[in-house]
Amino acid sequence: MSVRDYLRERFFPHMWCPGCGHGTVLNALLRAVEKLGLDKSEIVMVSGIGCSARISGYVDFHTMHTIHGRALAFATGIKMSRPELSVLVPMGDGDALAIGGNHFLHAARRNIDLTAIIMNNRIYGMTGGQFSPLTGYGCFGTTAPYGSVDHSFDLVELSTSAGASFVARSTTYHVIELAGIIEKAIAHRGFSVVEVMSQCPTNFGRRNQAGSAVEMLETYRKQTVPLDSEAAQTSPEKIRRGVFVEKKRPEYTEAYEEMIRSATGES
Amino acid sequence: MPKNKPKVKEHRIERDWCKGCGICVHFCPKNVLDLDNEKKVMAARPEDCICCRLCQFRCPDLAIEVVCED
Repeated sequence: MSVRDYLRERFFPHMWCPGCGHGTVLNALLRAVEKLGLDKSEIVMVSGIGCSARISGYVDFHTMHTIHGRALAFATGIKMSRPELSVLVPMGDGDALAIGGNHFLHAARRNIDLTAIIMNNRIYGMTGGQFSPLTGYGCFGTTAPYGSVDHSFDLVELSTSAGASFVARSTTYHVIELAGIIEKAIAHRGFSVVEVMSQCPTNFGRRNQAGSAVEMLETYRKQTVPLDSEAAQTSPEKIRRGVFVEKKRPEYTEAYEEMIRSATGES
Repeated sequence: MPKNKPKVKEHRIERDWCKGCGICVHFCPKNVLDLDNEKKVMAARPEDCICCRLCQFRCPDLAIEVVCED
């Protein structure tokens, strides 16, 4: 299979702005799926609302485009009824952590076998640039014309403490690393979180003097370091990338099956 | 014996999909690509291509594919 075989080409060119990182996430995701050799019919992609959520329209898997923040709730239902399917849940930073913050925490706590891919562009792009929980202190949005006074979540720490058994971060500059991480996250049995720093030149970049898409990618290159590198030790102010958590914990659908067996007296 | 350098056959470009963001042009390590006067990507110096495929992997529009000889 080639990557293009997983696309719904009739919907191309896609609706994302020139230079939007979300297309690069789609690109890396398709390469990860191809590498794993998954069949289209073995994958369900469930998304919510926002620029990021439009990704489910472009892939030729089973797809559901659901309601804002609740993609994980729909995905939980799918996984409970068909645990053999790989369920991918791409979300935006606002979709996952503001509107859907509660669903996110509890999916991580349950360790249900879903792959959450959070395309973090630090803004609500589709609705015109309102600040999100990951915009960051001092950064600008249409609803923060003098700079945001809210501090960001650290998504990696949040997911880790909520109980996710796979937690990673990468960027749309580091595309080979990104595809490798998504591949590991899909293969992982349990709740996996991949934060992808994804540029929004239109609504975040413009308001924050972050420059063009190219310049935003240059920033990702300069301002991030691999987790286990020497640079991570010597430059603690830089953002760390890589796989932060990869551990075995009882998975929710398996534990549920086990409970049914014990309650009905089957062993 | 040094391994033979991979040789490019073709840069397959979907002109309708390309939005001219210039990411591929800027990050190509061998400066193979340019934007044409319609702001669409073109392989201006294909002979310099080393088949690293970084343009293909970074393209947000999935508009470029590097076809190499095996």
